[in-house]
Amino acid sequence: MDLFEYQARDLFEKHGVPVLAGAVATTDDEAFKAASAIGGKVVVKAQVKVGGRGKAGGVKLAVDAEDAKEKAGVILGMDIKGHTVHQVMIAQAAPIVDEYYMSILLDRSNRTFLVMASVAGGMDIEEVARTAPEKLAKVPFTAVDGISQAKAKEIIAQAKFPSDIADQVADVLVKLWETFQSEDATLVEVNPLVKTEDGRIIALDGKVTLDENAEFRQPGHAALVDHAAANALEAAAKEKGLNYVKLDNGQVGIIGNGAGLVMSTLDVVAYAGEKFGGMRPANFLDIGGGASAQVMADGLSIILGDPDVKSVFVNVFGGITACDAVANGIVQALELLGAKATKPIVVRLDGNNVLEGRAILTAANHSLVEQAETMDGAASRAAELAAK
Amino acid sequence: MSIFINSSSKVIVQGMTGSEGTKHTRRMLASGTKVVGGVTPGKGGQIVDIDGHQLPVFNTVAEAIAATAANVSVVFVPPKFAKAAVIDAIDAKMPLVVVITEGIPVHDSAYFYAYSLQKGNTQIIGPNCPGLISPDQSNVGIIPANITKRGPIGLVSKSGTLTYQMMYELRDIGFSTAVGIGGDPVIGTTHIDCLKAFQDDPDTTAIVMIGEIGGDAEERAAAFIADYVTKPVVGYVAGFTAPEGKTMGHAGAIVSGSSGTAQAKKDALEAAGVKVGQTPSETARLMRAILGL
Repeated sequence: MDLFEYQARDLFEKHGVPVLAGAVATTDDEAFKAASAIGGKVVVKAQVKVGGRGKAGGVKLAVDAEDAKEKAGVILGMDIKGHTVHQVMIAQAAPIVDEYYMSILLDRSNRTFLVMASVAGGMDIEEVARTAPEKLAKVPFTAVDGISQAKAKEIIAQAKFPSDIADQVADVLVKLWETFQSEDATLVEVNPLVKTEDGRIIALDGKVTLDENAEFRQPGHAALVDHAAANALEAAAKEKGLNYVKLDNGQVGIIGNGAGLVMSTLDVVAYAGEKFGGMRPANFLDIGGGASAQVMADGLSIILGDPDVKSVFVNVFGGITACDAVANGIVQALELLGAKATKPIVVRLDGNNVLEGRAILTAANHSLVEQAETMDGAASRAAELAAK
Repeated sequence: MSIFINSSSKVIVQGMTGSEGTKHTRRMLASGTKVVGGVTPGKGGQIVDIDGHQLPVFNTVAEAIAATAANVSVVFVPPKFAKAAVIDAIDAKMPLVVVITEGIPVHDSAYFYAYSLQKGNTQIIGPNCPGLISPDQSNVGIIPANITKRGPIGLVSKSGTLTYQMMYELRDIGFSTAVGIGGDPVIGTTHIDCLKAFQDDPDTTAIVMIGEIGGDAEERAAAFIADYVTKPVVGYVAGFTAPEGKTMGHAGAIVSGSSGTAQAKKDALEAAGVKVGQTPSETARLMRAILGL
């Protein structure tokens, strides 16, 4: 889960990373109140989870609270690269003399954690990595070792931070590690980390990504979820504990078991759909290995509730839950749904007890259900039905 | 032969007394796996009867090894306790630890992976994986044992059900070993580890490698194949239609910007001489053609 800047700021503050005063506002009146409370000049910043907001006009300096209200009025509702601005952060303005970069992330390729630090801050760090790699220190470290004060000093020296601020910056790095570790983050990034006129080191803008697998021990993280951004179908699916992702421009609803098989099903449908005027998968839905009738019914009900869906492809490989159990699940799901089931459903069963499973569906003889023997054949038939 | 597990592997089940652990211990025993005991902290000393097998329960992996000479552990404990369970196994110098548990925080898996490297005695497979099977010899994890038989193909995959699908497509030929390495961002055993083992395994004559979007493991595997693997490899990559920024079921299956796309992985594999199928069925046909069947 990616956080908004203001949420990252709050987490930084909680863990002692130095930040400036800031508050979130969803209306221009709230912006006025926040700016009044902070006092003096403030920066009004669009809260969107996409880069390049400054260039898009989503960050403006305001001289006072009245000005902040006006600027917030302009920014709220703005569209930045397809993201509507629903919130702004009102942040204290500070005179900056230098900008740096610092991040801690999970480095998947090397299966370790990584610190990146640079005295060339404020710009796209991938640009720095490409054009001036010598200005970017990349230091791997393990989850077992973490970042001690001594290790932080070593990294900061390696990144060639000026000696007069090295201790302060090392301090920030240790605090960032504490944030990264105790919040179960996979990314904490400060860009820019700044030096102010009065010599303070401040995290001016931040990005944080949290690990959703850690929700069981991070009770505070539920409050950080951006409900406004969730698609209504995705929200309904999540409530039922289903692993569902809505896809744009699709007509074939997909249900399958196992993430890899479902991803593969989307691809196979997209290939098959090319022959039928470009029919595409409408969603990803993984009902897991041991799919019960209820889970199948929940899944079908979400997919049949999607107005984009013209046909449904149920693609199941019978493993631990064998095909006969899955077939019974489909039959019971259709009974549960009754008149709500209105779209043609192509079912492909393979694997354990496949003959028994197919026989159950044949015997049920449901008017909407068709069977196909292969995944490729089923995909083609589902695309054909969607194009009708 | 086979890789990682064979008919003499002695397996303990961490979390055997839990419902998942019991269910899959039963299935592993039914498929001929030598399950020799279980570990559940606080339940040491009990004997559990699973389908007539009297299995001792130990408090720690070290006790289990001392009593049973187990050389493989399979972990079914819930995410909350998985880190402690894997560390217990590493401390006991368990040679192979297969972590089935789904939903382990990546800070925990990064920790136990780093810890295993520091200690140097333990290979981890997973987490969030279906385990591995050397058909007719040993089955460690949750892969259905009755899909196929022993044969000349080695298979490595991030995905469980795609593993089953591919085993099913090629069930008449059979497999030396099929390994599900898992779809998490940090996993203990990679495609490369399996490719190397298959290359070195005299009973494996050809290899199927299944990848999916996210990370750069497939690209790295392609480079390794070009350098090291002389046996024929066919590949399949899932996730061509996955949009950027959306996680597709596996925590690791996410396209970020231009990195981790299916196309990039397919291109890298093809550049290394791997024949890549557009669908699982086509991939199976490519394998048949290579084997002359």
